[in-house]
Formats: sequence, C-alpha cells, structure tokens
Amino acid sequence: MDLTLPFFVEVLIGGLLTGVMYALVALGFVLVFKASGIFNFAQGAMVLFAALTYVGLLELGTGAVLAFVLTALVMVLLAVAVERVVLRPLVNQEPIILFMATIGIYYVLDGFGQMLWGSDIKALDLGIASDPMTFLARPDAPEGDPWKYGIMVNRFDLTAAAVAAVLVLALALFFQKTRIGRALRAVADDHQAAQSVGIGLPAIWVIVWSVAGLVALVSGLAWGSKLGVQFTLALITLKALPVLILGGFTSVPGAIVGGLIVGAGEKLAEVFIGPLVGGAIEDWFAYMLAMLVLLVRPQGLFGERIIERI
Amino acid sequence: MLYREAGQFKTSYAADAAIFPIRQDRIAMLILLAVATVGVPLWADEYWLTSIFVPFLVFATAALGLNILTGYCGQLSLGTGGFMATGAYAAYKLSTAFPSMSIVVVLLLAGLITAAVGVVFGLPSLRIKGFYLAVATLAAQFFLLWLFNKVAWFTNYSPSGVISAPPRTVAGYHVTGSAAQPVVKYLFLLGFVGVLALSAKNLVRSRTGRAWMAIRDMDIAAEIIGIRPLWTKLLAFSVSSFYIGIAGAMWAFVYTGSVEALAFDINRSFQVLFMIIIGGLGSILGSFLGAAFMVLLPILLNRAPQLLGIRLATDTVSHLEFIVFGVLIVFFLVVEPHGLARLWAIGKEKLRLWPFPH
Amino acid sequence: MLEVRGISLRFGRVQAIGNVSFDIRRGEIRSIIGPNGAGKTSMLNCINGFYQPQEGTISYLGKTRRAMRPHEAARRGIARTFQNVALFKGMSTLDNIMTGRMMKMRSNLLAQALYWGPNQREEIEHRKRCEAIIDFLEIQAIRKTPVGRLPYGLQKRVELARALAMEPTLLLLDEPMAGMNVEEKEDMCRFILDANEQLGTTIALIEHDMGVVMDLSDRVVVLDHGEKLADGTPAEVSADQGVIDAYLGVAH
Repeated sequence: MDLTLPFFVEVLIGGLLTGVMYALVALGFVLVFKASGIFNFAQGAMVLFAALTYVGLLELGTGAVLAFVLTALVMVLLAVAVERVVLRPLVNQEPIILFMATIGIYYVLDGFGQMLWGSDIKALDLGIASDPMTFLARPDAPEGDPWKYGIMVNRFDLTAAAVAAVLVLALALFFQKTRIGRALRAVADDHQAAQSVGIGLPAIWVIVWSVAGLVALVSGLAWGSKLGVQFTLALITLKALPVLILGGFTSVPGAIVGGLIVGAGEKLAEVFIGPLVGGAIEDWFAYMLAMLVLLVRPQGLFGERIIERI
Repeated sequence: MLYREAGQFKTSYAADAAIFPIRQDRIAMLILLAVATVGVPLWADEYWLTSIFVPFLVFATAALGLNILTGYCGQLSLGTGGFMATGAYAAYKLSTAFPSMSIVVVLLLAGLITAAVGVVFGLPSLRIKGFYLAVATLAAQFFLLWLFNKVAWFTNYSPSGVISAPPRTVAGYHVTGSAAQPVVKYLFLLGFVGVLALSAKNLVRSRTGRAWMAIRDMDIAAEIIGIRPLWTKLLAFSVSSFYIGIAGAMWAFVYTGSVEALAFDINRSFQVLFMIIIGGLGSILGSFLGAAFMVLLPILLNRAPQLLGIRLATDTVSHLEFIVFGVLIVFFLVVEPHGLARLWAIGKEKLRLWPFPH
Repeated sequence: MLEVRGISLRFGRVQAIGNVSFDIRRGEIRSIIGPNGAGKTSMLNCINGFYQPQEGTISYLGKTRRAMRPHEAARRGIARTFQNVALFKGMSTLDNIMTGRMMKMRSNLLAQALYWGPNQREEIEHRKRCEAIIDFLEIQAIRKTPVGRLPYGLQKRVELARALAMEPTLLLLDEPMAGMNVEEKEDMCRFILDANEQLGTTIALIEHDMGVVMDLSDRVVVLDHGEKLADGTPAEVSADQGVIDAYLGVAH
C-alpha cells in the first residue's frame, strides 16, 4: 500500500460513497425522530425486512417492478401495524420507553423476516453493474506513475449515491415546504400540543413510518446489493447512530454530512491506520469519533442547543 | 387473610425502613433461603444446576449491575457486554499471574478493575444525556471487544485464541475448572451473589440510592439540592461496572469455563437490558425476576412445542424466540413499564385484601 | 445578607433582565412581583446559580461572585422551590424530603453497603429531622405515597418540605401558591410565616396574589420587562403610580 495521492483519493471517494449509503439509513431515523421524537431502533430491521421481502418475492417469480411495489405496500402496512399496536398505547411516555419499544419491534421483525424468508445469505441483483469506472487515468504515463491507472470508482456506489441524493433532496423539500411537513414538525416538538390543535396523531405517524419504510426499502436494496441480504444488515442500524450524533437527530442535511464523515473517516482510518494496530478499526472508529464529538458539542455537530428551562 | 398486616405496628424508624417490614415477607424470604441453600442442592439434578441455576445467578449479577446504572440512575448503557468481557479477561490475567490468589479475591479485583474502566467510559455522561450516552457506551462495547480480540497479551499469547479458566478451589472444593462439581459451583455463586445483592439493596435504600434516583428523575433539581451530578453518575458507573465485571468473570470461570470475547458481544448487552426492562427498572427484585425469565424462556420455548406435539425445526424455534422476546418487550412496556417487579407488588397488594374485594 | 448589583441576563438576543439591583436583609420576607415575563424566575435562577448573568455581581453572606454552580449555592445555604414542581416523581414523599438532607449525610460507600451500624444510625437521625418537618407541614398521611400520585397542592407542600429539610439560610420560593384554593393558600401562608419566624429563614418570594404579597412581605421589589420599577414596603409599592400602571391596575 502506497501513500500516493490517487490512492488516497480513491479510498476517500469509496468512503464517501459508502457514507452516502449510511446517510440513507440514518435518514430513516431522522424522519421518524423529527416527526415523532421517537428514536426508531427498528429502522435496521425494517431495512432487512424490506430487502428480504423484495428478494423473497423475486424468488417466487415476481417481476422486479411488481416486487418493488408489493414490498412498498408491505412496508406501509407495517407502518400502520406499528402505529396501532405499539405507538398509540405509548403516547407521551418517556423517550427511553419508546426507544426500548422499538428494540422490541426490531426483534420481532428480525425473527419474523428470517422465519418467513429463511436466514441464508441471498444475492440481490438490481441490474446495476458494479464494475469500476476509471477517472483521470493517464495511459501513456510510464509504469510506476501513480496516475497511470487513474482513480477507480465503483459504478454501483456512484449510482446508489445519486439515488440517495435525489431522495434526500425530495424529503428535505417535503419537510420544509408542505403542510404535512409542518404538521410533522409540530408533532416532533410536542405530541399533546399538536393533538390539541387538531393534528391527528395516528395519521401523521402512519405517514411518517410509511416514508421511513420506503427509505428502508431503498436502503435495503442498496445495501443488500452490496453486501448480500443477511441479518448483519440490521447491524447497519448501529452504524447509523454515530452518523446521527454527528449530523444531529433532526437534521436531514446533517444526516448526509454525518454519513459522509463516518463513511470517509472509517475507510481512511482502516486503510491508513489499520495495519499499524492489527486492522478491523472499522468496528469501533465511528463510535469513538462520535463520542469525541459529543464531548465537545453535546448536541452533535448540527443538533440544536438544548436550553433546559425550569 | 394470610397477608394481613393488622397488628404489626412498627415502633421504630429502623423497623419501618427494614428491607422486609412485614412479617409474612420475612417468613417467605427465610423459606426461600432455606430452599435455595438446602433444597436445591439436595434435589436438583445436574442439568438444572449447570444450565439453569448457575447462569441464572450470573445473569442476576449482571442485571443488578445494569439496573443500578440504568434503572436507578437513569443512564442508558449498551456496553454491558464489553464490561463483562473486561471482568472476564481481568480475572484471567490475575489468576494466571498470581496462581495462589483466592478466587474470591480474583473476582473482587476483577470487579474493581472493571469499575475503573467503567469510570473512564462514564466520563462523557456529564455532558451527554439519553441516547447520546448510549452511543458513547456503544463505543465502549465495540472498542473493548476489539481490544481483547486483537491484543494477544490478554489471552497470554495463546495460539488458538480460546483460553480456559484455570481451576481454583474454595475451602478445598473445586469451584472452577473441569473438576468442579455443579453443586459446589452453585453454592459458591449463591453465597457470592447473595452478599452482592444485599449490598446493592443497602446502597439503594441509603443516601447513594436516593442521589441516583434524584439524578434519574430530574437531574437539574438534584443539582439544586446539592447533589453533584458528575460524581453521582460516575459512582453509578463504577458500582455498576463492578457488578457487571464480576458477572463477566463468573461467566467465564464458573459457568462456561472458557474466556472468549464472542460471548460478550452486543447481543449480550441487549440481553441484559431486556432482563431489567422485563424484570423491572429500578428494582433489586426485578433484576432477579428478569434474569430468571431470560434463562427460563428459551427452555420453555424449546419444550413447549414438544409438549404440544408440534415438531419445529431448530432455527424456527430460535426465530420464534426472537419474536416472542420482541413481543414481550413491547407488551411489558405498554402494559406495565415497571416490569415483573411491579406486577409482583400489585399481586401482593391484592393479596393483602384477599379474600375481600376491597 | 444578599445583594444583587447591576445584573443583566440575555438569552441570545432576548434581554431577560436589564441592570437590576436590590438587596435582601437577613430574616425578612422579600417579595418579587411583576407581570408575566418580567424576569422574576430568571432572577431567582441567577441567585441560585442556575443561570449565569452576563453582567453584574451577587453578594451573599459577604462573598461576591458572578457565577456559581447550583450545588455550590445549595451548600452555602440557598434552597429553592419551582414554578413547575420539580420533585423526584419516582420516589415517595419521605424519600424526596430525605434527599434534602443529602448534604448533611456523611457515611461512605462501604458503610452504606453494610447498612447496619453507622449508616443506619445516620439514616434514623435524619429521618427524625424529616419527620419534624413532615409534622410542621402536616403531610404525615402521604409520607409513603409516590409523589407522582399526589395532587398539585400537596406536591407543592412536599417541595417546600424538601427545601426546608436543607435547613437553608435563604429560601427562594417561586409561586408557591399557584393553582391553590383559598384554604390551601392560607395554609401555605401560615407555613411560610412559621418558617420565617420559628426557623429564622430569610425568604424571597415570587407571587401573583397581591393579598398574599401585601400581607406577608416586609419589602417588595417590582420588575417589569426585566427592569426594576419599584422597591420598598408593600404600602409604598402599591401606591407607586408606575407599578399601578404596569401591573396592579385600578379598582373599577
């Protein structure tokens, strides 16, 4: 491994693209948190469940587009079920209780998904090639010149990043500009107050969790393609936490920036520092980074300063 | 009728503040102790001792520790697995470096070392609250496990990476290692855990416990009473880690006999968290109830289909376990967020009135 | 015993308090009144160490400082109740009051783990003090009830009990009678007067009920929009035209 500029840029870009995919998962959290104040730990399981359902339907012979639509429908139904069974009875409980309830949902989805579709690793082919694309190559350069083969970027990563970017933009606009978006923000601030001005909580929550479910579906397809659909997909959830710390729990652009920082940071640390300490730094690097940031800014990089009133 | 308090007047503050103020409770506790110390060793078979009672006691210790931190002091921690691993590896290094050291001392020292590590990872807790703190504890979880996996010094440079706990005796009886009898292991743990539980109960009903609960309920108001938040939280982290470290050492030395990092991964952290949620946050009894629940449930799920005559594949059973856990978590949080301990307390209140309706 | 000089407090661009100065004499009952948003609670928060004012100083018992952490204020004898009751909802009345004794308890960790012995003696001794306060405030019946279950009026009384358990030299009360009916108010007034006369506690009081303010207080300071309007005896203040315009109004 040589410390050349093109190599560094390659690793960096690879990390950034992974980061966009982290951001996508984090987005699911931000949506639910922004709209309901609930930290939805089940987002990871939703990602897995969506991917499993899609692949399962494909295996049953359904066409790709139909499978997508059906899975989307399933996610919406899931949202309704979660709202009815879990969220409604727990209205106005403390955040820690809601958080633990979402852990419960995580377990149910995990077990149910695996029971339904089996627990072997499944390949997910979206029809997007994952060949490396080369940029800035100088084929005429002599052998040994680091720029000879240019910078390689994975086509799949690039596509996934583009899709994610579009999705993020759409969601950001949704929150800022539409009436429903405003209602969601009201609910996030105070459930009771929102109810007392006539905002129907159940409907809002169904909308939010459905959108989160759709985001989970896209994330599931992206990550499932990359890693194969297996239960460790749900562990991506945990990775989203440092992303949220860095980006703030309520900021859509923050989730993107957080994802980029985590993705790039992890990859760079693993490649350049990893060999010095035996590797596998990726396991904990993101969390340590998040913790250090929190020590300096307890509300994360983008979060709002909490002024406690008494 | 059985559970009447009539006629039991407490004539001193000491009597009022006792752990079991009601005579029937005291009698019940004595019976329970008798069964545990004499009945179980006499009548329980090896399966029950090794697969149910021993892990129950180990889990109960871990649950006690986490309950102190999360249930009493309100600091959410997802690093339990990492701290258990710290206790296990500390115990291993101590017992291999000082072969003549008593296992009791080894366990206590392992606990103290883990307490120190707990303080370090607890330092962020003054600035960070709620879920943010959970992320900091995740850093502890993943970092510690990576450390024990990567740094060969912890395994004494063992080539295979799997190390077994050396045999140790207490009063001439083997407590760890392959020569240890299940009954001896059980009694040793029973004594140890009994002392630990009593200490925890005492701490929790004294000044320290009140300070922890004040921080949990409203830390701003606590500061205004004169409670120092950082000191109190760090104390919670250290006492909690002490218990969890000992639990980890017990897991490796007395329960499984081997020290491996994999046994202490993030799933273990969640498992202990569930125990205290289901058992009851902020309750010593709850820690025990939750641990018992967690140990017995998989066995029940394994046996029930057989008893009902349904044949299920083993992975279906383990998936079912997941689903049942999840459903129970949600159920408990909706129906009784204070867990089995509160249900127990409600049951006792109803028993006070029985057979009258009110 | 307490003097605030030139205190200014800002939250971002919002000026909560602007250049306010007044003093509180030992043993008196001092009321702080004014319309909503005048900065009264913020003022108490500054005295208590909860907010740090950008300008000005606070002298307490001879020591002058600008910033002090709340637990320092507690250690120096300042106790406080809150507008929105700040009790520990997960604990019983007795336990809440016992937390007020926290600073005076000394047993170390090991003694507490052992319980029997020095720790038990200390617990019982402080229990006796708390029971004295419980008798004083007539809340014996609810001593084991979790405070979350108590009605608002009783919660306020428990909060007062907790503050008194600290044996404070200066007691800051933030709207102790909010939401109470006439009987409860009369009880509360009696308790405050008793605390002042029997225990010698200096009291600073925020209150909206003018009858209570005029009857209880030795002196009154009036705030409006973060600035001091008037300062003097109840009679002087209620006759002040500026105060009448801003706050008191005229009888029709």
